[in-house]
Parts: sequence; C-alpha cells; structure tokens
Amino acid sequence: MNAVLQYTVQGLAAGSFYALAALGLAVIFGVLGVVNFAHGAFYMLGAVAAAVLLDTVGMSLWLALIVVPLLMLVFGMLVERLLVQWLLPLDPLYNLLLTFGLTLLLVDLVKRRYGVSGLPYERPEALSGRVQLGGVGLPVYQLFVIGVALLVCLGVWLLMTRTRVGMIVRAATERPELAGALGINVGRWVTPVFGFGVALAGLAGVLAAPFRAITAEMGSDFIIILFAVVVIGGLGSIVGAVVGGFLVGLVEAFGQAYAPTFAQVLIFVLMAVVVLARPAGLFGREEATA
Amino acid sequence: MLEIENLSAWYGEAQALRDATLSVAEGEVVTLVGRNGAGKTTLVRCLMGLHKHLTGSIRLDGREITSLPAHKRARAGLGWVQDDRGIFANLSVEENLLLPPKVSDSAWTLEQVYDAFPALGSRRRAGGTTLSGGEQQMLAVARVLRTGARLLLLDEPSEGLAPVIVAQIGDIVRTAKQSGIGVLLIEQNVRFAATVADRHYLLAQGRLVESLDNDEFVERQDELLEHLGI
Ligand SMILES: Nc1ncnc2c1ncn2[C@@H]1O[C@H](COP(=O)(O)OP(=O)(O)O)[C@@H](O)[C@H]1O
Ligand SMILES: [Mg+2]
Repeated sequence: MNAVLQYTVQGLAAGSFYALAALGLAVIFGVLGVVNFAHGAFYMLGAVAAAVLLDTVGMSLWLALIVVPLLMLVFGMLVERLLVQWLLPLDPLYNLLLTFGLTLLLVDLVKRRYGVSGLPYERPEALSGRVQLGGVGLPVYQLFVIGVALLVCLGVWLLMTRTRVGMIVRAATERPELAGALGINVGRWVTPVFGFGVALAGLAGVLAAPFRAITAEMGSDFIIILFAVVVIGGLGSIVGAVVGGFLVGLVEAFGQAYAPTFAQVLIFVLMAVVVLARPAGLFGREEATA
Repeated sequence: MLEIENLSAWYGEAQALRDATLSVAEGEVVTLVGRNGAGKTTLVRCLMGLHKHLTGSIRLDGREITSLPAHKRARAGLGWVQDDRGIFANLSVEENLLLPPKVSDSAWTLEQVYDAFPALGSRRRAGGTTLSGGEQQMLAVARVLRTGARLLLLDEPSEGLAPVIVAQIGDIVRTAKQSGIGVLLIEQNVRFAATVADRHYLLAQGRLVESLDNDEFVERQDELLEHLGI
C-alpha cells in the first residue's frame, strides 16, 4: 500500500512534465497543424536555461519558473516568425523536418557550449526532503511538481474555456477556414500560440531541472514519449494531452517498479491498445484528424 | 451592393465557373439556382476568398475585394452560411453566436437572437453540434445576423429540412430584406425560392444561363424543375 502511494506520486510527478509539454504540443498542432519535433529540445533548453541562470546570476528556481518560460515564449515566437511561418503553406511534413533539423542544431549547440556530462542543479532548501503523508515519506519536490503542473493545466483550461482568446483558438483548431470566413484573423494567433506552446515545454524543463540529469540529450527520449502521450490523448486535444501525460507518467513509474525491463515498452503497448480501440486517441475527434 | 463581373474559377485544369456576371442590391433577395455540380458553392467560396484560383472582379459597395483575405471580407459585411452549416462542435451555441466580430451597427443583440430563435436561447450552453439539423441552420443564420453582416450568402439553407423549418428560414430572409440586408440565396428548392426572392439566376455547368424576375420564374417553374431534374 505504501509503495503504491509512493509510485503514484512518482508517476504523477513524471507525468507532470509530459502533461505540460504535451499541452504545448497540442495547442501548436491544433492551431498551426505543425507536429513540433523540436518540443523535446525546447524542454531541454528550459532546463539548461534554469541551470545556467542559477550558476551565473544565482537566479532561484522560483524566479526561473517565471523568467525562463517568458524567455522561451519570445524564443518560440522568433522561431515561428523566422522559420516555421514560411513553411506553413506547404505540406505539414516540411515543418516536421524543419523542427527535426532545429532539434539537431539546438542539441549540438548546447553540447558544444556546456559539454555532455550534464549541468548541476541544486534543489531549493524548502523543496528538499520528504513529508509524511499517510505513514509514507513522500518527496516534497515531487509533490511540488504535481501542484505546479495541476495549477498550470487548470489555468490553461480556464484560458481555453472562459476567454475570448480560448474561444478563437478552439474555433481555429476545429475549422480554420471557417473561422477566417467569419471574420477571425487566424494568422494573427499563429505566432503567439506557437510561443505559448514552446513556453509550456520550457516550463516543464525548468521543473525538471532539479529532478533529472540536465544534458543536451535529455529531450531526445522525452520527445518520443511525448509523441506517445499525444497519440494516447488524441492529437490536438487539450484534455487528452493532460490526461495522456499523467497516464503515461503512471505507467512509467509502476513499470519501473514492477517490471523495470519493460517500463518503456509498456508505454507503447498502452499506445497500441488505445489506438486499436480508438484510432483518434482517448479524447481525439475522428474528423479532427482530417 | 455586390457586383460580380466575369468571374471564372478553376479546380486545377477543370473550369467550374465561366464568366459569371451578377449583382445583388441592398434589400434585394436574389437566388442562384442550379443542379448539383453547377458551380454554386464554388461561386460563394470565391466571394468569401476561400477559392483563390479565379479571374474576374468582385466589388462590394463599389470597393474591389477580389484580393482581400477571407476575414477582411467578413468584416466588410459578407455573412456566409456554409452548405454544411459550419457549426463549431467545440463551441457552445452561445459561443458560436459570439465568435464572429461585429461588423456594423445593425448587428443583432443576443437578446434579439434568442427572441427570434427561442430554441437557441434554451440551449445556449449546449455544444453547437448537439442541436438538430434545423436548429443548427437557425444558429448559422443567426450567427451572421448577430455580426450585422449586410449581405448574406446562404448556401442551400433549406436542404434536408422539414417544411416548417424551411418556412421559418423564409421568414428570416424576409425580415433581413426589410432591414436592407441583401441576400444571395443558393437553392435547389424552386418552390421555396419563389416565395422569398426578387430575382433569380440560373446556373448550368458553371455558366449563368438565365436571369429572371420572380414572375417569370413562377411562370416557368415546371420547366425549371425539369431542368433541375427534381
Ligand atoms: N475541391 C474540389 N476539387 C475539384 N473539383 C471540385 C471541387 N469542389 C467542386 N468541384 C467541382 O466543381 C464543380 C462545381 O461544384 P460546386 O461548386 O460544389 O457545385 P454546386 O454547389 O452547384 O453543387 C463540380 O463539377 C465539382 O465536381
Ligand atoms: Mg453546393
């Protein structure tokens, strides 16, 4: 019983990174139709930025949680304006290739500058150690990660469902041409939405910094699992991204605990099962894939 | 208010419209009648800026709009009701109404919409596509009235709907006409067309073959029905 609680928290914490990043992937895919392969690299950049800012200017994790996503927002908007935008009229495959290339570039640049051995990141005092919950000592940092992720997911959900911007994004995701013909300048939202999605990947990276090894390659496995997450949740579905993220995190944690050799495989088994039962994913719409 | 001159359109090599010239005045209801595949939908998509492979000129209130993007045409006063009604599933009924920006002072308020369409008011929080086909058609029309669009482009609004609902759509079209809104109504339902329109254009294989006033249209109804293969 104790172990179950422990693995659950561990899985939800790992799932938090997936949920946040997948949320970003989902809004980008929804509005731009772009499968952003560079999302793992943006996650890595978020973690590296947090580590570098701590090392050079002593920026605390608290501040980095706000500053780094803002930097990533600007960076993402630049990437969209300078690169992604030009390929949007073409087959989406071109932007998949572009973001794949961008990934190689970013990973190599980080390797050159910071090496391959990984950057250190010291956890803030307040977030270290364990708390006793139901007779189990649970790592404070994992609980913190889950809390932040849930808060941000809730915020994004409110943004999507309660604001005019969210309404426009939902409409543009479902039927961009129709939204345009009803007077919505869909093109105006493309750059900020891309930046927003990248910022979410960056936020996941900052949260991961004190928790995972910070290396140039940390996004490579991450992006693969992220693709499994969005396939499970339903490509372009916001709710699906979050549910899929936490679900995959749990499968991973319990897999590592009870069947370590199959932990990764289990995620893809889950993906296969979901796709067989519901080709559009748990929360995807069949027609939305057209 | 709307003037189309020598409009031709293509899908690849295939020509779907040939030199169409037509106009709609303020407060005028004009239908475009023709069989399936005649090019009616292509014509409205050209008007909305959604079909781009075309030549010719489109003017709205004397202003050339042929190269404007779709959202600017909507803001210039074109209110499109798509042939599949174009209701967003991810938006509630009320959000569907509120999505398009207001484009003129004659925009209906939500209260006016709900007075005129009680079924929409009572389902305002429901998902747009949970409505029945007829209600979705009402929603699509109400949506463009809510923006204050000055020229409605209705693509087969009566298709597949029960006679009561079709009659209701006729009432809306007449109300719109009275407030000075122009209507380009695409129809295959000749009897319905005759009850609402001032003039009619007949489209066959991408060409406007006849232009009739409503009296002539009614007189030749049987011949036209035969032409449409109904
Ligand atoms: N997306 C498309 N690609 C190729 N041809 C098309 C396309 N849409 C319509 N057409 C062709 O253009 C012609 C006119 O179609 P359309 O405007 O939809 O007719 P209508 O609305 O009068 O039924 C038809 O011959 C149709 O087959
Ligand atoms: Mg048609």
